[in-house]
Amino acid sequence: MKLLLGLSRPTSGEAWVLGAPAGTREARRRVGYLPELFRYQHWLTAREVLALHCALAAMPRDGWSRAIGAAVMTVGLDGREDGRVGTFSKGMQQRLGLAVALLGEPELILLDEPTSALDPVGRHDVREIIRDLRSRGVTVFLNSHLLTEVELVSDRVAIVNKGRVVTEGTLDGILGTDEVRVRVTGGDGPTTLAPFGAVSHAGEWLVVRGVAPDRVPNLVAALVAAGGRVHAVEPRRGTLEERFLELLGEPSS
Amino acid sequence: MLTIARLTVREAARRRLLLALLVLTALVIAATGWGFSRISTLSEPSGSAGADQLLQAKLSLLQVRLIAAQLLIVVMYMFSFVLTLSAVFAAAPAISGEIESGIALAVLARPLRRRDYLVGKWLGLAGLVAAYAALAAGAELAMVQAVIGYLPPEPAQLVLYLVAEGLVCLTLALALSTRLSGMVGGVIALVVFGVAWLGGVVGGLGVVFANDAITQIGTVSRLILPTDLLWRGAVWSLEPAATRALAATAGPAALATPFFAAAPPDPAWLLWAAGWVAGALTLAIWSFRRREI
Repeated sequence: MKLLLGLSRPTSGEAWVLGAPAGTREARRRVGYLPELFRYQHWLTAREVLALHCALAAMPRDGWSRAIGAAVMTVGLDGREDGRVGTFSKGMQQRLGLAVALLGEPELILLDEPTSALDPVGRHDVREIIRDLRSRGVTVFLNSHLLTEVELVSDRVAIVNKGRVVTEGTLDGILGTDEVRVRVTGGDGPTTLAPFGAVSHAGEWLVVRGVAPDRVPNLVAALVAAGGRVHAVEPRRGTLEERFLELLGEPSS
Repeated sequence: MLTIARLTVREAARRRLLLALLVLTALVIAATGWGFSRISTLSEPSGSAGADQLLQAKLSLLQVRLIAAQLLIVVMYMFSFVLTLSAVFAAAPAISGEIESGIALAVLARPLRRRDYLVGKWLGLAGLVAAYAALAAGAELAMVQAVIGYLPPEPAQLVLYLVAEGLVCLTLALALSTRLSGMVGGVIALVVFGVAWLGGVVGGLGVVFANDAITQIGTVSRLILPTDLLWRGAVWSLEPAATRALAATAGPAALATPFFAAAPPDPAWLLWAAGWVAGALTLAIWSFRRREI
C-alpha cells in the first residue's frame, strides 16, 4: 500500500493506480487511505483533522462541511466531531481514520488492517461500510491478517507470503469446492464415497471434497445402502484460514 | 504548502509552546526592566574619596547609556540564545516526529508534494521565529527606552539579524529532521551551533594575535554555520556611537569577545548566510524526497 501511495520507493518493478503511475500525485488524487499506524494530529479536533484533509485533497471549500458531516455519520463519530483527537480511544481514532479515508468520494480506498483496534460492534460497522462502498462502485483494497474478516467482505482475494503472491482470484475460486465431513462406522466408507469426490481421513472423520450441497442426501443414502451406520454429517465450506495454511504448506488443525 | 504552514503555527499554539515562551519572555523582560532601572542609582566606586565627602558622584548620563548599551547586548545575547534553542527544539522533531508517530502517513498519502510539506513546515516555523524575535526584542527595547530613555541605533536591523540567526538554526534542524530523530537532530544542531560560536571567538583571537591559521578557523566556522556572523551584526546594531568608537580603537582585540563588533558584517557574508539557508533548505527537500515513510 505504501508503494502504491509513494510513501515507500520500489526497489524494482512498476505499478499503476487508477491509470496513473503509482506514487504520483495524479494517482493519489482519487485515493483514500487508512494506514495501519493510524495517528492523527492529537492537538486538533476530529472536525479539524477532517477539514485539514479536505484542504489537502483540494476539495472545493463549500463542500467541506457536508463531506465532513457525511463521513462522521458513516463511521459513527457523530456527536464527537468537536472532541480533541488526543482524548479519543484507539477505536475512535481508527473510526476517524476511516472517515478521513472516505472524504472526497475517492474511487479507490486503501484500508490497512482497518479493524485492528475495533470491538465486535466496530468490526460489524466497518463491514457494513465496506459493503456500502462496494454497492456504490468504490473499489476497496483491504489488507488484513484477520482472514475471517476478509472472507466476509471480499470479492477477490490475494494471499501474499514473504512478499510474493501465493494465489489470487475470487473467494470461491480460492476456497475451492464444498466439502462434507462424515463419521461413519461399518461398510466401506472410502470406497462408497469415492464417486462423490476426493476422500481423505481426518481422525474418525472422512472428508469428501467437491460435493455440491444438493448431493449430500444422496451421499448419506449411498453410505446407508452400503451398510454403514452414519453418526454425523457436516456439510461445510473450507475457510480462508485453512486454505491459507494449506497453500503455505502448514498442517491445518 | 500554506495549509501545512498554518497547521504548524496552530500546532505551536495548541501545544502551548508559544504560551510558555511568551510567559517566560515577559518575565525576563520585566526582570531586566527592573535591572535597567537600577543602573542610574549606581555610584562611582568610592575609592579614596573618604566617607566625609557628602556628595558621591552619581554616574553621568553618558556612563549610564554606555552601561545600558552593554547590558542590553548581553540581554539580547540571551534572547538570541533562547530563540536559537527554541528554533532547534521546534524544528528538530518537526519531520521525524511525524514520521515516527505515523501522523505523516495520512498527510503524505494526499496529493501533496513532499517539497510543499517541508517548505510549509519551514514557513510556519519561520513565521513563529520571526514573530517571537520581533516581539521579544521589540518589547525589551521598548522597556529599556521607557525605563532609562535609551534606544540603540538600529532597532530594526537588530530584529532582522536575530530573525536571520534563528532561521539559520531552524533550517539546520529541519534538514537534520528529514533523516534523524528529533533528539539526535536537535543535539547535533546545538553542537554545530556551539562549535560555530566557539569558532567565532577563536577566529577573533586569531585576528588579535595576527595568526592566519587561527583566523581561518573563524572563517571556516562561519562558512559551516553563519550564526556567529549574524550575531555580530546584531551586536553592531546595538552599539551606540561611543561604543563603536571604543570598539574601533580597541582594534582587533574587540573581536575576541562575542559582545563587541568593530564593524558591521561584510555584505558578502550576509549574502552567504542567505545562500546558506536556501542551500540547506534545498538539501532538506532533496533528502526528504528520498525518505521512506
